[in-house]
Amino acid sequence: MVIFENVSMTYPGGDAPAIDNMSFAIDDGEFVFLVGPSGSGKTSIIKLITGEVMAGSGNLNVNGFDLRRIRRRKLPALRRTIGVIFQDYRLIEDMTIYDNVAFAMHIVGAPNRDIRRRVPYVLDLVGLSGREKRYPREVSGGEQQRAAVARAIVNSPRLLIADEPTGNLDPARSLELMLLMDRINDNEMGTTVLVVTHEKELVNSFSKRVVAIDEGRVISDGMDGYYSYEIQ
Amino acid sequence: MRSSKIGYLTKEGFKSIVTHGFMSFASVTIIVACLVIMGSFTLIAVNLGGMLDKLEAENEIVAFVEETFPEEEARALQSQIEYLPNVRSCQFESRQQAKEELAASYDDQSMFQDVPDTAFRDRYIIYLEDISLTEQTQEQLYQIIGVAEVRAHLQVAESFVAVRNAVSAVSLILVVVLVVVSVFVMSNTVKLASFSRRDEIAIMKMVGASNWFIRFPFVVEGLMLGLLGGLLAFVLQWGIYDVVANRIMGSLIGSLIPVIPFATFSAVVLLIYLGVGLAVGIFGSSIAIRNYLQV
Repeated sequence: MVIFENVSMTYPGGDAPAIDNMSFAIDDGEFVFLVGPSGSGKTSIIKLITGEVMAGSGNLNVNGFDLRRIRRRKLPALRRTIGVIFQDYRLIEDMTIYDNVAFAMHIVGAPNRDIRRRVPYVLDLVGLSGREKRYPREVSGGEQQRAAVARAIVNSPRLLIADEPTGNLDPARSLELMLLMDRINDNEMGTTVLVVTHEKELVNSFSKRVVAIDEGRVISDGMDGYYSYEIQ
Repeated sequence: MRSSKIGYLTKEGFKSIVTHGFMSFASVTIIVACLVIMGSFTLIAVNLGGMLDKLEAENEIVAFVEETFPEEEARALQSQIEYLPNVRSCQFESRQQAKEELAASYDDQSMFQDVPDTAFRDRYIIYLEDISLTEQTQEQLYQIIGVAEVRAHLQVAESFVAVRNAVSAVSLILVVVLVVVSVFVMSNTVKLASFSRRDEIAIMKMVGASNWFIRFPFVVEGLMLGLLGGLLAFVLQWGIYDVVANRIMGSLIGSLIPVIPFATFSAVVLLIYLGVGLAVGIFGSSIAIRNYLQV
């Protein structure tokens, strides 16, 4: 669960607030698209949720963690309840696909036996069986993004955040990825999913909640899966 | 902490040495270079110190006994002389021995046949603990009833002290400067290594890794590279030392300058090199990634 309550945040040295008195909530199990033009505050919202930056005012609660009062040493615990997928995949180049996923389990202290069982299962779930021993540079962009999804979900996070996940993929691979995220939300795990994207056609092809923001404020929040052309 | 987790992180540290081969090579090279340069200056200083010790030990002063003192009374002064704090040892030399010694230094010893023993004085050959205190010891010797004259090479003693002080100061300054330079170069090398891996660190943080989880493999890597650097520096140092020592011993000045064999202090050098390598490796790596952990 994510609760923004009158949250404002200004970057050090910044003139205007990146997030301006923002309020919205995402319930457990929801699938939400977060849309808005460049510089509207989408990335700032992700940074606030993951504790990378701290809110200046208001209340912010993510998966039970009060981010206005959280101690720095508690941030890893928060982040283990969140899976994040980036546009540029952010896989570790020196690790195989298998190791990239497995190391996320090592971080939470999972026993080796569980890792050996769980990682192949998740790789199979995202369609990467047979690619375990490849390095990121040896597979396609779509496969790298699916590996990033596997890493993000391997610890069964309560919240999955995807930051422009289809930015480097062709339309067919983009649709595949969104269907996979939908499955993760809908059937497989019931994970809450927050997708930040520019792809209006993709958004409009799913009947999901769409939160639109501009200049650090929520300008629309609807359940009809409609991405307004005006706010691009 | 689970043992499997430690095992995993240790393995990651070892793997990282291989996967970041160039940076590993650069780090070890820097450690070796810094240790060998510092070590060489220190060993030169140690040898100069040893040389001065030897020369100092050979520097003697002579105390002449009153001519009116018979030999038995002159001999009785030994305990008083030995009682003085700066006296390491003293040796009595009678008038007769003094005459024989002088005669022995000439080819034609017959010319001393007619010289009576009484032309000489009983004397003590005295060796000091600290030649910088020669003057004070000379004064103390004059306080002893029966000591007529003390012959000390004060200027020589002062020269030795001046040389030793200069050598100590120069080697201390050099070692301090080189330590500062080494730490600077080393920390920059590690910073460069960790800068190239800042994305990897950021990814680990984003996935929820704690600081120690990220730091542990870096520390293992630094530890291994530091130990390897220390070991290689030791081997190289030994080789260089032996080559230089053999050159000196084989040359004309070899007979004048005694070179301390490396084996005499090899264990100490090895321990210091491994210790410094270890410390630089561990602290260098953990300090260098500190900036990237504040995410």
